[in-house]
Amino acid sequence: MISLNDKKRLPGSSHRSKRYYYVISSIVAFLALVNMSAFKSESGSAGFVKLLKPRFSKQDSMISKRAFLQVYKVLMSPRCMNCHPSGDIPLQGDDSHFHLQGVKRGPDGTGLYALKCGNCHQSHNLPGLHMPPGNPKWHLPPANMKMVFQGRTPHQLALQLLDKKRNGGRSIKALVDHVTSDTLVLSGWTPAEGLSKPPLTHKAFVNEFNKWIKHGAISPDPENK
Amino acid sequence: MPAIENTYSLYINRKETRVTVSPDMPILWVLRDVIGLTGTKFGCGMAQCGACTIHLDGEAVRSCVTPVSHAVGKEIITIEGLSPEGDHPLQHAWAEVNVPQCGYCQAGQLMSAAVLLRENPEPTDQDIDDAMSGNICRCGTYLRIRKAIHLAAAIQKSKVKQS
Repeated sequence: MISLNDKKRLPGSSHRSKRYYYVISSIVAFLALVNMSAFKSESGSAGFVKLLKPRFSKQDSMISKRAFLQVYKVLMSPRCMNCHPSGDIPLQGDDSHFHLQGVKRGPDGTGLYALKCGNCHQSHNLPGLHMPPGNPKWHLPPANMKMVFQGRTPHQLALQLLDKKRNGGRSIKALVDHVTSDTLVLSGWTPAEGLSKPPLTHKAFVNEFNKWIKHGAISPDPENK
Repeated sequence: MPAIENTYSLYINRKETRVTVSPDMPILWVLRDVIGLTGTKFGCGMAQCGACTIHLDGEAVRSCVTPVSHAVGKEIITIEGLSPEGDHPLQHAWAEVNVPQCGYCQAGQLMSAAVLLRENPEPTDQDIDDAMSGNICRCGTYLRIRKAIHLAAAIQKSKVKQS
């Protein structure tokens, strides 16, 4: 005969409930570890709260990627890309042709021998079509860190911008400062006569750049062309 | 409205010269029209051909686009002042190789080549192309220019050994 108590406690049930307890405990411990490793940069009690949910949601990621695609349009416009060529010859004009005169980058990005940038480019734009545009520090990136834009996909360029070994050693803050207030960057929006401006205003560009960073600095998917 | 003119004290070919001109007047016109140093030539007026090249603090600048106000406190050297005795290794080499045809661009060619030789005393063909490709010669004397620069490098080297 099986008593009522025995019915409530079927053979092996005590052993099984212990096993369930161990399984569930292991899962909880595993999830906690995953969370901690994913958010190890967080610290203090606020960090603990953030452990409970991912720092950037899927929606953040989408916003960030979309913002970078706007940033990318500007970076690939002639006013930015012409001085970030894939080779050692700067580009010119709205059609990004090779710089006439056969100018080359040189070790520090300011040209070579008799063909240094500042030999023709003054501190300001000169009036008239086809006159040299100007800026007090006209130059390309140096030879040891070329910071190439030309030919990069959005995915590649976003990763490059975030990589200190390929972005001029800049932190995120330095990157934001660079696009916000560097006079050479700003000069893209005051081009010499006959040259187009980048497709976004500088204000909109900086907004999109900040949005990209704020929402996780996520690089667009590799298939984004 | 008349253009505002300023008086500038310029240091040209190792001499101080005072000129009263508009601040945005290109140095080329100060040299040619105000001071009378006509060795430096006008070619394109937009920094594209190199005929107007002079040295400004040792750099081969295009004088047709460089405002005179930019030259204040700096040393200007023109083709007339490249060598006080006219015996720069490049000048010897230019004569030896008989480089010029019409000669119009040659002052600019020499001034650019002088910067190359100062920064790279033994240039390769590629170095010469890198330095000189911004100086246009309608007569096409490029091969003689290259040959003369190699010769000038050799002359310069032998002078250094002798001294």
